[in-house]
Amino acid sequence: MAAAVSAQREQALQDLQGMLQACMQCGACSASCPHSAHMDYTPRQMWRLVLWGEFAEIWRSHAFWLCSNCYTCTLRCPRGLALTEAVNALKRLAPRQTLHERREAALYQVFMASVRKYGRVQEMDMMLRYFGAMKDLRLPIKFAPLGSRLFWRGKIHRDTRWFSGQKKLERLFTKAREMEGESCAMPTTRDAR
Amino acid sequence: MRYAYYPGCSLKGTAREYDVSTRALCAILGIELEEIPDWTCCGASAVEPISRLLTHVLPARNLALAESMQDMEGVLIPCSACYLNHLRVEMEVAGDEERKKAVNEVLGQEELAYCGHGEKVTHLLQVLNEPGVLRELARAAVNPLSTLRVAPYYGCQILRPFARFDDPEQPGSMLPPLQAVQAGVHPWRMGTKCCGASLMTTHKDAAMRDVRAILHGAQGADVLVTVCPMCQMNLEGFQKQALQDLPGDKPVPVLYLPQLLGLALGMEAGTLEIDKNLCAGPFARGLPCPGPREEAAWE
Repeated sequence: MAAAVSAQREQALQDLQGMLQACMQCGACSASCPHSAHMDYTPRQMWRLVLWGEFAEIWRSHAFWLCSNCYTCTLRCPRGLALTEAVNALKRLAPRQTLHERREAALYQVFMASVRKYGRVQEMDMMLRYFGAMKDLRLPIKFAPLGSRLFWRGKIHRDTRWFSGQKKLERLFTKAREMEGESCAMPTTRDAR
Repeated sequence: MRYAYYPGCSLKGTAREYDVSTRALCAILGIELEEIPDWTCCGASAVEPISRLLTHVLPARNLALAESMQDMEGVLIPCSACYLNHLRVEMEVAGDEERKKAVNEVLGQEELAYCGHGEKVTHLLQVLNEPGVLRELARAAVNPLSTLRVAPYYGCQILRPFARFDDPEQPGSMLPPLQAVQAGVHPWRMGTKCCGASLMTTHKDAAMRDVRAILHGAQGADVLVTVCPMCQMNLEGFQKQALQDLPGDKPVPVLYLPQLLGLALGMEAGTLEIDKNLCAGPFARGLPCPGPREEAAWE
């Protein structure tokens, strides 16, 4: 079983390398990326590390977590590579033990947990889950001013009809998890709360 | 014109004024919207880092529901992220039988199936560029916006990666509706710059840099218009903070495009819920009086 599990992940990493095979290291992606200045590796360097199979180094880096899905690199890549998709694959395949250290991963997880449970994202519920996952008391304080401005404008509320729809998308999530196995970053039903 | 309408989660919460103003504007322009019954979240930008399969399954669920609606021109979506996720199903699943089979295997859990030869995924901005809609906008514009300079902000996901209705490097699809109500356009190059999106929550320094660049570029404009709840949230909710690092720059009112068009069509600020915006400036009370520009005395 363990071998089958790692085989799924191994295959996904190989597929990722295949996606980037035609990269010619021109750097159009790095030049276009609005967040490359904040990254430890530029996108161009990151593709090289992927092709070299230096995944341990990539997981140490935070570069790929800084992608905001603006798709500028994908638009401009002269090789026509699906670079934003490649970044999202890295986010999916990053080893679990590092996930909790990454704020972005935590945000994606709480977002999807809210979707799984209610069918529609309950923004307040999601942020509370995020604060809980980050275990940082300063976070809610930082977001309190914006939260109160939204609250007084009646923009934060629990849609009661949807709130009652517990486990709305549970069947879809469970089935997708079963089909994708370790190549996705979805918790199994047992872990999902 | 009748469209199946997908508002998306934000428009039911923090972006409710985008939903209200879209419906109000469409009603005046004779665009009929019928909300997709029992729609669920498209997964936004959070789903792909979790599951590649669900990236297609979640929006395909909504499209499957829309396919059972009668006589629809397409699926109209005002939110950029929702638009892209649903469009991806059309671009990446509809023509790929193997992929479609996998998606439908998951959807089968709810006894749903996505066929893929049904409704076209359409962004609100696309509909506002229809010749008939533009004629109606021009005809109904009782408050021409000729004294205003508007900064059109497109954001990312309606232009990239699929440039379906605009030039992704130098977009212009906001110009026809704005010009139909005689608005002046602020010349700038920040219309396609990323707002930082969810990095505002996780890597604020990176996102604040984006917001500062956009607000600085909008100096000289009377109002900035958006077509995305995420862009709107970042440009409004963090504007005060961004301006602290931009000495000399003035606050920029930020409205959703249908809110501004609604004002031009004589609708009340209250009807368009401009009072719900975080940074509407003088627009919260309606169109600012023509004449000398109101200096930023608000906020």
